[in-house]
Amino acid sequence: MPGGYAGKFLEVDLTREKTRNITFDDATLEAYFGGRGLAAKILWDRIGERWPEVDPLGPENVFIALTGPMTAIYPGTRICCSAKSPVSNGTVGSTASTEFASELKMAGYDGVIVTGRASSPVYILVTDQGGEIRDADHLWGKLGEETIKALNREVTGELTRRKPNIGLWREPGIIYIGPAGENRVRNAAVITKLCHACGYGGYGAVMGSKNLKAIVAKGRGPLPKVNAPEAVKLMWRQVHRFLISNDRMRRWGTGYAGYEVGADTSSEPIRNWQEEWHDERSYGGPIFETRFWVKKYWADFNCTTSCMKISCIKSGRWKGDITDMPDYELQAYCGTNFGIFDPADNIHLSALLDNLGMSGINGANTMGFAAELYQRGILTEEDLGFKLEWGDAEAFDKLARVIAYREGIGDILAEGTLRAAMKISEMKGVDVMPYAVHVKGIEIGAHGTRSDADYTHDISYAASVQGGDHTSVAVDGYSEMSASVFTDSAVICNFCFYGVPQELVFDFAKGVTGFPITRENWRTETGPRIVTLQRALLLMGGPDIVWKPIVDDDNPPRFYEPLPSGPYKGKTTSRELVEQKRSVYFETLGWNERGIPTEEALKKLGLEYLEPAMKRMRR
Amino acid sequence: MSKSIWIVRDYLRCTGCRRCELACSLHHEGWMWPEASRIRVFMPFPGVEVPHLCAQCDDYPCVEACPVDALSVDEGTTAVLVDRERCTGCGKCIEACPGRVPFLHPGDNKATICDLCGGDPECVKVCVEAGYNALRVVEEGMNVNRKLFARDPIEVAKDIAVNLFGEKGEEVI
Repeated sequence: MPGGYAGKFLEVDLTREKTRNITFDDATLEAYFGGRGLAAKILWDRIGERWPEVDPLGPENVFIALTGPMTAIYPGTRICCSAKSPVSNGTVGSTASTEFASELKMAGYDGVIVTGRASSPVYILVTDQGGEIRDADHLWGKLGEETIKALNREVTGELTRRKPNIGLWREPGIIYIGPAGENRVRNAAVITKLCHACGYGGYGAVMGSKNLKAIVAKGRGPLPKVNAPEAVKLMWRQVHRFLISNDRMRRWGTGYAGYEVGADTSSEPIRNWQEEWHDERSYGGPIFETRFWVKKYWADFNCTTSCMKISCIKSGRWKGDITDMPDYELQAYCGTNFGIFDPADNIHLSALLDNLGMSGINGANTMGFAAELYQRGILTEEDLGFKLEWGDAEAFDKLARVIAYREGIGDILAEGTLRAAMKISEMKGVDVMPYAVHVKGIEIGAHGTRSDADYTHDISYAASVQGGDHTSVAVDGYSEMSASVFTDSAVICNFCFYGVPQELVFDFAKGVTGFPITRENWRTETGPRIVTLQRALLLMGGPDIVWKPIVDDDNPPRFYEPLPSGPYKGKTTSRELVEQKRSVYFETLGWNERGIPTEEALKKLGLEYLEPAMKRMRR
Repeated sequence: MSKSIWIVRDYLRCTGCRRCELACSLHHEGWMWPEASRIRVFMPFPGVEVPHLCAQCDDYPCVEACPVDALSVDEGTTAVLVDRERCTGCGKCIEACPGRVPFLHPGDNKATICDLCGGDPECVKVCVEAGYNALRVVEEGMNVNRKLFARDPIEVAKDIAVNLFGEKGEEVI
């Protein structure tokens, strides 16, 4: 067994109410590592050629929560959730920071693989004694905050009853869904710790479709053994020293960017991306910090970046709301994107979406889309049941709830931006696609491409196997393969990765696992293997939507409109650059001119099993 | 001989990174083992973090309670020392502790209590290195206030929650 792995995975069949331990051979672990990579392989192994027919929200989908070999040992502990995505019909490695991951490893498990569908609401409890399926009738319908409180009490109580004499039991690690997930809102997130979300991919809806409210883990064992313990201990201290020197990230996290990304780089979604520039000083970082941050250094297991800051509203109409900063993504998506420039309104809506279990990026994108349709008179007060003016936090509060509970128009918007746009276009006889900001069904993160001044450019989203995911963007050539594809598969945090010399990170990976892993072979072999597998699954798609190569490997129409305001006024994304770079990207990865992996590339990457499906597609 | 020291804790400064647990277990167990760490951070609600470790009460009720004399007080640091050969894992020390701080080691089921690393605690070093200072070493003799820190971590958490979240804090734990 290579180092870093606990050595077994828990498989839970919810239909037959059975659990068992499974393992993977060393070669599979070396080839796909963990998290995003291994999840894609597991999905192929279990679904394979049937992929286009499998309904992501049906019992034949497989929900997977995986750690990676570096998780909890390398600073910045995360979990990676995956399944066939109900938004992209492909796969996403969707990660969030949480002690659920470290607890899972300490219980002796590298991940949980869930098949079937429970006949009534359940949660899965994982301990050193194995996995068990427990009743969750009493938890169904609960908001995030209530779910955490109830599960902490219940599980700590239960473990204390089982072993009362060992001293105090600590609370477990938990991933869970809110009402949005229960109601299969396509953009429902898997949530953890109140405000951390595996948002991209819609995996909250997949959990909901399985009647699975939560997975809870509590372990008492050590973290897994590693291949070169003395070296890893030394490198662990070195990495922390780099993180501790990252003063800006530690002070503010991304909590100052709600102003900065608009004012400085003109790449922030404003009123559903109608603009990307603002200079609203009411939205400045120091106001969030001074008025609302009650804990300025907040971290997850084994992290000294502590980019998280806890916000709490202690007065006024939203009194009692708790969330993190919000981070930049939610300052943008649950703020400026709604025409909201008031920090308290932003904190409230961020906390609300988290509590409802809706992705604060993707769900909020759909909400902004709806508001633009209202602005244009396409959706009316009659359709909605209320007025939906930009900047009106009460109205957006109502909108979030009707989506999460699929009430009235919310039932359509709960399908996510693309699918809602298709339905509304048909319903109203107006083409609303120009206002839908997504790539392959995945709503785009809060970094625009038109100013070209941010880290996101022409093909960042257009060519990405994870569509609009801002945490994993395509770059011409394959430099991202050794960044996000790596961190999502090692399942470590990006913010404990950037700023640390890559050689040190890869030495760490080698020291942990014992695999002959280098940055170079990740860039040219393992990374491309994972991305090529994801590309194949994405193109196989279905059942409701199948992507057209090239046509769908593009930005949404809005990203080609000229910016209407600010220092970058008039600039827009270059179509020529998109075409050129997309070709280079495909070529680099060994995909043909339509982005379909070639037989040669599949062979080189050890993906021969995809050849029959890709051969049909190449015709 | 080491001086009498104490680890002063400032709950509101704890980030929940739990590097103290990793440093402690690296020192005592040779590898990362948070559940064997002599300092354990409880977090019964997100953001409410309670570093829980021996408070070195001036009357040492745990030492008094041990039926087999496995516990003693270090003459230098004034830490509680556990004789793992003698300890039977009966749990009397846990019951006697006002904060239920000791616990049975997940490996050998013996009582486990902070020994102050012989005078240079690893948990404090990493906390101070990170600039958090939720833990600091002070060279102070015995005093009556120490025992006030030997409290159930959930009770401490309830207070922290109100400090952080105001009225809302009354209902989160």
